[in-house]
Amino acid sequence: MARADIATEGAGPAGFASVAGAGPRGMVTLRGDLTSPVLARAVAAVTGTGVPARRRIEVAGDRAVAWMSPDELLVLVPRAEAGAAVAALEQALAGEHHLAADVSDARAAFTIRGPGAQGVLMKLCPVDFATLAEGEIRRSRAGQVAAAVWRSGADEFTLVSFRSVAGYVIALLEFSARPGAEPFPA
Amino acid sequence: MLMLTCPHCGVTAEETEFAPGGQAHLKRQGPGSSDDDFEAYLFARANPRGVHLERWRHAFGCGKWFHAARCTVTLEVFGTYPARTAGPPAELRAAIAARRPGWPEGGR
Repeated sequence: MARADIATEGAGPAGFASVAGAGPRGMVTLRGDLTSPVLARAVAAVTGTGVPARRRIEVAGDRAVAWMSPDELLVLVPRAEAGAAVAALEQALAGEHHLAADVSDARAAFTIRGPGAQGVLMKLCPVDFATLAEGEIRRSRAGQVAAAVWRSGADEFTLVSFRSVAGYVIALLEFSARPGAEPFPA
Repeated sequence: MLMLTCPHCGVTAEETEFAPGGQAHLKRQGPGSSDDDFEAYLFARANPRGVHLERWRHAFGCGKWFHAARCTVTLEVFGTYPARTAGPPAELRAAIAARRPGWPEGGR
């Protein structure tokens, strides 16, 4: 339990890419008909973005919306605004078949940064990162647990996993990033 | 390695990202069915050497169920299609029949 709060802590040991918990994030699961214009308006009101196309993530400043499945979006907002985001979505979608749930405490986010960031993830996820486009979110697994990854900047990835396995994920990332374990040594 | 393309999210991924769900297109035998029919529904499975229609779930991805036509001898995947159908699409049937004359065996 010593590392229970690792997902909200700073950088871990130095590796060939920097791996750290990304701190508290407000995350709202939104399920419903993604083609509905009412849902599109509700999402735009909360995040200022459109509904993402299949496997895309729309980012606007500190907010984002990610496509999770044909009927599910993950809405990312600042942690303090998660409750308000749920309330706003509930109100905007009244009468529509939908579900909006604050899952901030059920998820953990990590940042993998540096020129070797892709190498850290290549060893953990069965994903062809060479074909992972900018603005694409890829749900897969990291080691033995479910994870979603997207390119959040130049040489930077953000990984989201379940909070209950955050300790495992950060240990996995740090192990993968340890010096000397580069998949493509210089 | 077995690679499958999820028809819901369009991702082509390897086997470990998916969870197998057994034979596809079983007709459920519910209340009112005979004991023999119910037993067959629960336990009897076709297991030919050749092309199987299977259920798979994109467990680590979008979480949705879909169907796949896969040859258990060569591991060739002929195609995948959404789960909300009673049988494979005509193009897929034609593609399998072209490669495996005589399919489906035993009226599957």
